[in-house]
Amino acid sequence: MKSMNFTTRFWISFSLVLATVLIGFVGPLIIKTSPDAVVGGLYDPPSGFGPLLLGTDNEGQSVLANLVYGTRTSLIVGLLAGTIASVIGLAIGIVAGYKGGVVDEILMGATNIALAIPGIVIIILLSIALDSRAIVPLGAVIGVTAWPWMARAVRAQATSVRTREHLDVARLSGARFWSILAWDLLPYLLSYVVMAFVLQVSGAILAEAALSLLGLGPSNAVSLGTMLYWAIAWGSVRTGAWWAFLPPTIMLTVLAFSLLLLQSSMDEVFNPRLRRGKAVKRRKPPSPRTPEEIEEVSPTAIGGSTLVQPPIGVSRGADS
Amino acid sequence: MSEIFAAKELTKTFGHGKHVVEAVKQVSFSLQEREVVTIVGESGSGKSTLARMVLGLLPITSGQMTFQGQDVTHLKDRAAYWRDVQAVFQDPFSSFNQFFTVRRLLHRSLRLLHADVGRERLEESLQYVGLTGPDVLDRYPHQLSGGQRQRIMIARALMLRPKLLVADEATSMLDASLRVNILNVLTDLRDELGMTVLFITHDIGQACYVADRVLVMENGLMVEQGSTDDVIFNPQHEYTQRLLSDVPKLHQAS
Ligand SMILES: Nc1ncnc2c1ncn2[C@@H]1O[C@H](COP(=O)(O)OP(=O)(O)OP(=O)(O)O)[C@@H](O)[C@H]1O
Ligand SMILES: [Mg+2]
Repeated sequence: MKSMNFTTRFWISFSLVLATVLIGFVGPLIIKTSPDAVVGGLYDPPSGFGPLLLGTDNEGQSVLANLVYGTRTSLIVGLLAGTIASVIGLAIGIVAGYKGGVVDEILMGATNIALAIPGIVIIILLSIALDSRAIVPLGAVIGVTAWPWMARAVRAQATSVRTREHLDVARLSGARFWSILAWDLLPYLLSYVVMAFVLQVSGAILAEAALSLLGLGPSNAVSLGTMLYWAIAWGSVRTGAWWAFLPPTIMLTVLAFSLLLLQSSMDEVFNPRLRRGKAVKRRKPPSPRTPEEIEEVSPTAIGGSTLVQPPIGVSRGADS
Repeated sequence: MSEIFAAKELTKTFGHGKHVVEAVKQVSFSLQEREVVTIVGESGSGKSTLARMVLGLLPITSGQMTFQGQDVTHLKDRAAYWRDVQAVFQDPFSSFNQFFTVRRLLHRSLRLLHADVGRERLEESLQYVGLTGPDVLDRYPHQLSGGQRQRIMIARALMLRPKLLVADEATSMLDASLRVNILNVLTDLRDELGMTVLFITHDIGQACYVADRVLVMENGLMVEQGSTDDVIFNPQHEYTQRLLSDVPKLHQAS
């Protein structure tokens, strides 16, 4: 029953994410209309199955074309920012968690300072200062403001793995610092990092939308946020031109929601209890203190993922 | 017999300010070659902390350690030290990296040795603990029983032919028959390979079963040390007497 549940949830969210990826990356190839081409008048209502499927916006451009290109922008910004935040956060968190002591205190002190600075302010200041507001620098800016959450979460996980004796065994075997980080610590954190990465992506997509709504969106590409910005600025809500604001809103919601759903269903997939159920069958001679018991005592990162709440909402700090 | 290891006034404090824990306080002892010495003490008495300092896994707050006459208190590169001083830990599950096969685990330790002796040693050490390579080498830890895991950990340490083996509660998670089996393996190895064994346990019964000499720890202090017979039949310290009165009579039964 339970396994039914997690697979359906996983597949639903996975299909949703896949659908948005297809819309974002294959859509622009199918819909040949440029998002900058004028194909009609001000807020022409939807008609037919061509570029006018979703009508036109305030400049007479195809909403459909804007939507697929905007989705692509959101995905690029999200993936870029998520990757940057995850890499920085992982590096800082894993070193702090493994080293402990003074190194930990310094790194976490820096992280907490970075956390205390409101991300959206930094993003706004940086995106004004950077002058060029192309999507790549935009993604990078969002990424460098989002890493502290990742660093904290990874550190908490790494600290719990640190007490495992296999790290001592690795050191006794002469393994070097980086080898231990890469082979003895990282694999235990990986499932957690993947989940946190998914959250970072979703947070970054929303952060980009928030920025664009403020009129600070990318200047070289259309994004879902800029679509909303123009739709509001040109009174589509007031005039009832729903096709101008509803599609980008729905798209954003689906993007963020499907990623959150994917993350939470991954949590179940990685749940050690489910894995253990399979492993038990393979195990043969039961000793009085069964290996399962011991397994339960030892904190694996995978099991630990439920101990430390993934930064839901938190990585979205930038949009509030 | 000559002295192989000596610790002088080893101290370890954790934390700072209000939360200072003195886990090990001014502990001094020495180990002779080919000797089996156990450290006994209740949970939290500082045994593991002491073991980790001896192994060079934990920085020392104050005190001094010498190994074969050399000062090893603050070594920068411990690879050479770990060729001679190895360990087996308490928990046969968390001692394993669950993503490594047994082969990978053992090969990693082999890098401390010259390549040519490696393969031979690997087979040989597995034999010492009653395992054969083809049976276990390609398995992951979760595919092995608790006893097999612990024996593999012992084999890993043995491959390096350490002069000093530290076994920290190496048998506490095993059932009685396996425990005796492992204890016998350890004492046999002392005889065959001339190792010195520092065996750590909270169970004074086991301590007496294997040891030539017993060191008793209470709350970070070493309250008593002496030959096994002296400690069992003529315990000086009140704490040792209490430990002795608490044990089921394992050493008499076996
Ligand atoms: N990393 C640490 N930070 C703070 N305190 C610690 C740390 N490691 C151990 N301690 C404390 O030091 C004391 C001794 O711990 P230790 O693990 O050496 O005990 P032990 O004798 O091995 O106990 P057991 O038989 O339960 O394994 C305990 O009070 C413990 O709380
Ligand atoms: Mg201990």
